[in-house]
Amino acid sequence: MAKIVAVTGNEAVANALRQVNPDVCAAYPITPQTDMMQRFASFVSDGKVDTEIILVESEHSAMSACIGAAAGGGRVVTATSSQGLALMWEMLFIAAGTRLPIVMPVVNRALSSPLNIHGDHSDAMGARDSGWIQLWSENAQEAYDNTIQAFRIAEHMDIRLPVMVCLDGFITSHSIERIEYLEDDEVKNFAGEYQQLYPLLDVDNPKSYGPLILPDLYMEYKRAQHEVMTRVSKFVLDVAADFEKLSGRKYGLFESYRLDDAEIALVILNSAAGTAKDVVDEFRDKGIKAGLLKPRLFRPFPYEEVASALKSAKAICVMDRADSFGGFGPMYMEIASAMMLNGSRPILINKIYGLGGRDFMPEHAQMVISELDEIAKGGKIKTFKEYIGVRE
Amino acid sequence: MKLKGWRELPLGAVVLDAGSAAEFKTGSWRAFRPVWKEENCIQCLFCWMYCPDMAIKVKDGRRGEFDYDYCKGCGICALECPGKKGQKAIVMEEEGK
Ligand code: SF4
Ligand code: SF4
Repeated sequence: MAKIVAVTGNEAVANALRQVNPDVCAAYPITPQTDMMQRFASFVSDGKVDTEIILVESEHSAMSACIGAAAGGGRVVTATSSQGLALMWEMLFIAAGTRLPIVMPVVNRALSSPLNIHGDHSDAMGARDSGWIQLWSENAQEAYDNTIQAFRIAEHMDIRLPVMVCLDGFITSHSIERIEYLEDDEVKNFAGEYQQLYPLLDVDNPKSYGPLILPDLYMEYKRAQHEVMTRVSKFVLDVAADFEKLSGRKYGLFESYRLDDAEIALVILNSAAGTAKDVVDEFRDKGIKAGLLKPRLFRPFPYEEVASALKSAKAICVMDRADSFGGFGPMYMEIASAMMLNGSRPILINKIYGLGGRDFMPEHAQMVISELDEIAKGGKIKTFKEYIGVRE
Repeated sequence: MKLKGWRELPLGAVVLDAGSAAEFKTGSWRAFRPVWKEENCIQCLFCWMYCPDMAIKVKDGRRGEFDYDYCKGCGICALECPGKKGQKAIVMEEEGK
């Protein structure tokens, strides 16, 4: 029986972590994640979980402690945002390369400088190449559901990779929404008993982690790391199917919204997708064939599936809430690669929006869809990369 | 030794065979060679404790000759060696001299 509550995204994810009851959590506070780990720390103090919590002096140490605990043989979690994720950078690659199934909610926030505590995706996009699996969430319900599913994906014996669960800072982390919680025992059964692989604490079978691998073998390890990533999407779908049986909520590699016959399409991540879907409906009511694709699994990126979902579109706008200065937005580059595989060559434009928590309003989506409509009808392309919602 | 292909590697580069460092001989790194002067040795075994590799083998509580296969010539043993009456029991000599 689902329990319906009104909670923030941080509260929902902290509750998911409580229900999974991990062995170890090493964390450091950073806005807007702070209140998630604070709530989790309360669960520890109140004896609601068996988790050993390690309060560290930085995020670099948090991830280092997580790596040690996971290599030791524990089910391990942490959470972070922005500068915290940036400070973990070195250790992120070690967690992934060592194939440790750590689960980490990332409450997306802009990176300094200038200093800003509000939501955008530059933190997690910067960690795109670290070897972590990334699941993105539109709202608190998706963040809760993705967190629960993340354990099963990360810990699968054929995967063993760390997973980031991304949710928008403040917009999702601090807004109160209606959430359906699963029962504690349902989550416990779904996540299952933690299966250890090569635990260091099994002292009867000594082993070493982190050896020096020289040019004669390094590249083979990297090739193997890519290979395991290519197998991830299958397990993401398997886990989603099981989750749907339990919760009634359906997840895929991405959400296709009115895409089947769409001539113009938006590609947009996380909370802004909710606003944009409303605007897509408005345009559909006017007879304009608009659709939307909201990625969920960003790493590994499901190129072929995305290309096929977008195949009817003549003009696509990829909306990025992160930038690559002097380049296109990170999502744009993925969609451009996907379309190359497809062989179809729609017009692809890129809009950068919502940096540092700048509001994404329905007017912005209306403007973009109108522009796409013009382009699809043969109109001129203004510019391929543009910033929207910015003052001149 | 045939090198492994990417499909044959242990996951995460975890080394599952304990003591496999014995297969990794670092002797070729050496530019200076420690030489044992048995007459100055008090068998304190500091060298055995400090050696970062396993170039000093102890048998029946006493050290013998260096195992140069594992000696990278770092000089730590020579530095730590107390010797006898101010005379070191380990001295470093340049290789090839
Ligand atoms: S020189 Fe270094 S490696 Fe060689 S025996 Fe002395 S301590 Fe060991
Ligand atoms: S440290 Fe010097 S004196 Fe002590 S056992 Fe080694 S060689 Fe002998």
